[in-house]
Amino acid sequence: MSLQTSNRHSRSRLLSHAFAGICLLSTLSCIAALILLLWQVFSHGIDWLTWDFIRNLPSRFPAKAGIRSALAGSLWLLGLTTVISVPIGIGAAIYLEEYANKNRWRTLVQTNIANLAGVPSIVYGILGLGLFVRFMALERSILAGALTLSLVVLPIIILASQEALRAVPPSIRSASFALGATKWQTVWHQVLPASIPGIMTGVILAIARALGEAAPLLAIGAVAYIPFAPSRLSDEFTALPIQIFNWSARPQEDFHSVAAAGIIVLLGVLICLNAIAVFVRYRASKRIRW
Amino acid sequence: MNFPIQNEQNDSVGVSSRPVASMASTSSIARSSDELAAARSKIAVSNLDFFYGSHQALFDITLKVPENCVTALIGPSGCGKSTFLRCLNRMNDMIEETRLSGNVLLDGEDIYRPRTDVVELRKRVGMVFQKSNPFPKTIFENIAYGPKVAGTRKRAVLQEIVEHSLKQAALWDEVKDRMNKSALQLSGGQQQRLCIARALATNPAVLLMDEPASALDPAATARIEDLIFELKENYTIVIVTHNMQQAARVSDQTAFFFQGELVEAGPTNTLFTNPAKPQTEDYITGRFG
Repeated sequence: MSLQTSNRHSRSRLLSHAFAGICLLSTLSCIAALILLLWQVFSHGIDWLTWDFIRNLPSRFPAKAGIRSALAGSLWLLGLTTVISVPIGIGAAIYLEEYANKNRWRTLVQTNIANLAGVPSIVYGILGLGLFVRFMALERSILAGALTLSLVVLPIIILASQEALRAVPPSIRSASFALGATKWQTVWHQVLPASIPGIMTGVILAIARALGEAAPLLAIGAVAYIPFAPSRLSDEFTALPIQIFNWSARPQEDFHSVAAAGIIVLLGVLICLNAIAVFVRYRASKRIRW
Repeated sequence: MNFPIQNEQNDSVGVSSRPVASMASTSSIARSSDELAAARSKIAVSNLDFFYGSHQALFDITLKVPENCVTALIGPSGCGKSTFLRCLNRMNDMIEETRLSGNVLLDGEDIYRPRTDVVELRKRVGMVFQKSNPFPKTIFENIAYGPKVAGTRKRAVLQEIVEHSLKQAALWDEVKDRMNKSALQLSGGQQQRLCIARALATNPAVLLMDEPASALDPAATARIEDLIFELKENYTIVIVTHNMQQAARVSDQTAFFFQGELVEAGPTNTLFTNPAKPQTEDYITGRFG
């Protein structure tokens, strides 16, 4: 067998290099798009991002327009959606993973949850309009908005939590049961603490998605012009994506810059959320001593 | 409150002569067949059949486990010895679609009777697994977990239990200065002794061991075997092992399982030197399995 490079070999080496080049190009185009987007947003919006912009209520004059009501609305929605969807989502995941018998009924539920995670959010908006706004007569309130967003994020939270629970080795459960622990004690003292980092990751991803959703809120009838910061569950509301969408749709050039400033605020909130997630993960995984 | 650990049956029965401590690590501690015959049976299994779905894993097993003795279960892989072991503390309940018939009596009480408190049963019948499985928590939290879930809250009591259990498992001196370190930082042998200490902390009467030394090196294995010698003074031990030398070294009674059936059970000396069944002889002489 000769060590001389044959034609066939040199061609396959060339292909290998070409493939690596294509992959590199894909990565670079992603990064380029991101940089372009950020540059676009910051160059337009940074001058408009003032303390007054954060503090002011919306206005028909670009110079006076502020994001206070949208920011407050988004924070309200975020908090409420978390409070509603996280306990229900983790509870459902624990039931499905730890308690439910592996029968046909469970398979049916499981398949449906997986499918629900892929349903377009506007569909949830229409469901929210029918169920919360009309049937439960919550009107276009923050509560109706938060309930609708909870529908959007619940499947994501359930799936991520199930994944995290499944990652806890079965030997930990056996050890706990063999020591006379009940199912509840095993889940509470062993399985949940070990899976908290994974669950938190899923929760934060889901909440970040809720923060960016405009479609379901528009579907339930949230409007952009809310001249006050909401203070009660029954108040009407607007949210950052709705406000940004509204501004960018206006003809005046200045409002486009105001929209860019709004996007910076939205990104800021997202980064804060992610920072919290990283911190919580770090704390939780320090308490588990793998 | 069930502490300090002192097994009252040990005193009340008094059939097994209690050797002095200095003899603890010599093989002369093995119970004689007379002692075995005279020992009260701690666990009495009769006509036990066990099924995984439609697959029958155990056929009509009848076996007595004498108190304060070590009973070794031997046999080739898949012969049902681990399944049998897990029937004794109802760990098979965890597996879906399993079925069982027959009786398992612990101190004369049927553990499969309806309304049996499985949690209470598992406190009386502790278990050590093949692969050491410490919780991802501190050494202290690992040992204190059993008493804690049983309702012990006082820190001082827990501390006493933890120390006592670790001393029984011959691990105290190695870990006493790092009780708040992760249990997963311990070596493999230490982790397995930690698991034994953890099982002892709930003050069980019986200790089930599923190949406790199969993943350990010879030195760590020897420590576990020494430990088993010492523990049988206070506990009834049932051990599954692949290693026939180990069965011969540590056990008083040996039961040979083959294809889901109990082929032969008897005093370890007799079974290894003069087996009654040809299958047993084939297995222990290494002709198969």
